[in-house]
Amino acid sequence: MTQRFFKALMTSAVLSAGLAGGAYAAECIAPANPGGGWDFTCRQIGKIMYDIGAVDQPVQVTNMPGAGGGLAYNHVVSERADDSDVVIAASSATTTRLAQNAYAGMTADQVRFVGAIGADPGVIAVAADSDYQSLGDLVEAIKADPGSVAFAGGSAVGGFDHLKPLMILKEAGFTDITSVKYIGVDGGADAITQTVGGFTQAMTGDMSEIVSFLANGDIRVIAVLTEERVPGFDDIPTAKEQGFDVVAVNWRGLYVPKDISDAKFDEWAGKLQQVADSDEWAQAMADNGLAPFTKVGGDFQAYVDGLVAEINAMSKELGVLQ
Amino acid sequence: MDILANLALGFSVALSPFTLFLAVCGCFLGTIIGALPGLGPSNGVAILIPITFTLGLDATSALVLMTSVYYGAMYGGRISSILLNIPGDEPALMTTLDGYPMAKQGRAGDALVLSGVASFVGALLATVGLMLLAPTLARVAFFFGPAEYFALYLLAFCTLGGMASNNQAKAALAACMGLGIAMIGVDSSSGLPRLTGGNLHLFDGIDFLVAIVGLFAIAEVFFFIESHGKGSSIGVKLDKVRIPWKDIMATKWTMLRASGVGFIAGILPGAGASLGSFLAYMTEKSIAGEKGGFGTGVPKGVAAPEAGNNSAAGGALVPMLTLGVPGSGTTAVLLALLMTLNITPGPTLFTEKADVVWGLIASLLIANVVLLLMNVPMVKIFVKILSVPAWVLLPGVTMISFVGIYSLSGSYFDLLLMVGFGVLGYILRKLDVPTVPVILGILLGGKMEDALRRAMTLSDGDPIYLFSSPIAIGLWVAAIAGFVAPMFLRGVLKKPPAVTD
Repeated sequence: MTQRFFKALMTSAVLSAGLAGGAYAAECIAPANPGGGWDFTCRQIGKIMYDIGAVDQPVQVTNMPGAGGGLAYNHVVSERADDSDVVIAASSATTTRLAQNAYAGMTADQVRFVGAIGADPGVIAVAADSDYQSLGDLVEAIKADPGSVAFAGGSAVGGFDHLKPLMILKEAGFTDITSVKYIGVDGGADAITQTVGGFTQAMTGDMSEIVSFLANGDIRVIAVLTEERVPGFDDIPTAKEQGFDVVAVNWRGLYVPKDISDAKFDEWAGKLQQVADSDEWAQAMADNGLAPFTKVGGDFQAYVDGLVAEINAMSKELGVLQ
Repeated sequence: MDILANLALGFSVALSPFTLFLAVCGCFLGTIIGALPGLGPSNGVAILIPITFTLGLDATSALVLMTSVYYGAMYGGRISSILLNIPGDEPALMTTLDGYPMAKQGRAGDALVLSGVASFVGALLATVGLMLLAPTLARVAFFFGPAEYFALYLLAFCTLGGMASNNQAKAALAACMGLGIAMIGVDSSSGLPRLTGGNLHLFDGIDFLVAIVGLFAIAEVFFFIESHGKGSSIGVKLDKVRIPWKDIMATKWTMLRASGVGFIAGILPGAGASLGSFLAYMTEKSIAGEKGGFGTGVPKGVAAPEAGNNSAAGGALVPMLTLGVPGSGTTAVLLALLMTLNITPGPTLFTEKADVVWGLIASLLIANVVLLLMNVPMVKIFVKILSVPAWVLLPGVTMISFVGIYSLSGSYFDLLLMVGFGVLGYILRKLDVPTVPVILGILLGGKMEDALRRAMTLSDGDPIYLFSSPIAIGLWVAAIAGFVAPMFLRGVLKKPPAVTD
């Protein structure tokens, strides 16, 4: 099922034009339907930018779903390459798909990544009544019999949720990663219902996807894939402290078209930094299970390039990419 | 009584002159949006989200507005189904089967009022179900794994053959075309694109709204052109609008059963309102048997899908609120709205944010009553549409279709695709192949395939896994019975018609 949101743009365009006498407003493209992470990024960042006065018009959010962000990417690369009034929501999924050549040949250097200002920590969870008490238990079980554990996650095969347990297994010295069972379902909440229902043994996803289930006691999170334990979730051990040095976070950030001036790029980076430093954003992160993760400007481009190379190598090994 | 106290809390939150005003506006807008081909409940809600922010509405007011648009669109979808034979949105697809023939018999007013009442019953029962059972029912989702979902969709396909009463082979052929179209796009189990020709626009598959509008509305235009604007099938007889008490009484059990079926389909994440109305219609059809005359314009055939889809719409709120899993496109948009209001649905929502949940339930009840009161008198206005000559009406409908479809993705590609579907619809109708199974194939085929592929991944390709739970076995039995029974029962129930001419 898809939602139709272009209308929303038109409506809000008409409305804000009417209210503000036609002044030019910035646009944030969420390359997905309303409700997902990219939509959240655009709406929250856009709202906070306006609230704290970083922009003088409300940021218009356009949803441009299609091809896992590929349509929006294509749109920006081919039609908006020098438009300095548009930003596009991005996340780990964007780099994963770029690394796997899932955007029909388009590459990461065709846009400029402005920065990330928050990250959804990767988690591995099991049902509350599961026998696996720690990440070690789970890894041992897979080593003994790869068929005994199936993972459910919200991304398609080869997607970021799939790669998380594989990164852990590689770290543990398990090399036959193609034998690990994974099913991609419609989002993290669905992955949890499949795991709680006993159809899969473990769920791989993001912290934000499990917060409400955690309170309810349906699931047990056996590892969070960050450097340090996440504030507010101090009883969840990291994979690192369990002996698996894997950090996998789903960062939330923005990219802009390639051909805008450096001054404009720096302007966006500055605005993003302002949002990152605001109390409103701190609150929004806390409400949504995001951990602080601020990389803005030049640093971030290097980080993205590194990620793309790493995922590209792993995908080739997995066989999802020739 | 906890529930009554909670409900009182809900009404105290949701019942004020301003929110009532919003409810009336929302219901009216929703009905119009639902009735326009190509614009469905999910668009309606999506369109209005920015407006709620621009108006600076608080969480409760925003929810009241959104839910009344949601329910309004579910009501509105039936109007164009009945009057024009063009489904206003995807769940209203089944309503065309008996609604339009009924309108052609000169009972358009009756069909509209009856379907309005059926919608009310379905939505009301679903809201009550949501109120009483939501936390418990949320657990149902835990019993449905890939094998169970596969069997559920299989059940839908197995009963499909019985839908087109004239020629089952043609229905099966049409369903296969739908299945083929459902294959297009990125394969979720391998991440590889299929049948896309490298075109990014096809990576997400073909939106069934594009297919619906093409197959129904655009095909209608081609027929209209062919007949040089004369004798279009659009344009049905007018009659006086009165409340058809007799039909309402005669269909009361149908409405109750259909509401039950629809509600259950709605609760299952991913099944949604379309499957709800389909299963409700097919259930009633098989209960009525050959003598029921389904497909020829019987009141039961109008009441069943409408009660079913409205009840499914309410049911879909159960997993959305309690698990954060949207059961349909529209609930996905509502979910987005809740998230933007900093309300995260999940298992703890009912206890932690009682005022929001009960405010929402109260606003559903308000919207439902407003819709019933509004829809019955408005039938007169809707029926007036029929007195608009076809040469004015049809271009108008076409224009709205184009705008509606363009709003899906903002790409002209979908418009071309829609015209392509129009041509297909024209050819199919010339060949007397029903188009409804094509849509159902697109709608359910992809999900059925996903379920099968997941089941095979989990079981290492062992087909026994598909029969591994009582629920799955039960659904298989029902599916096989649904497929085989009509073949045998036909001989028993009805003598072969004598060849006299």
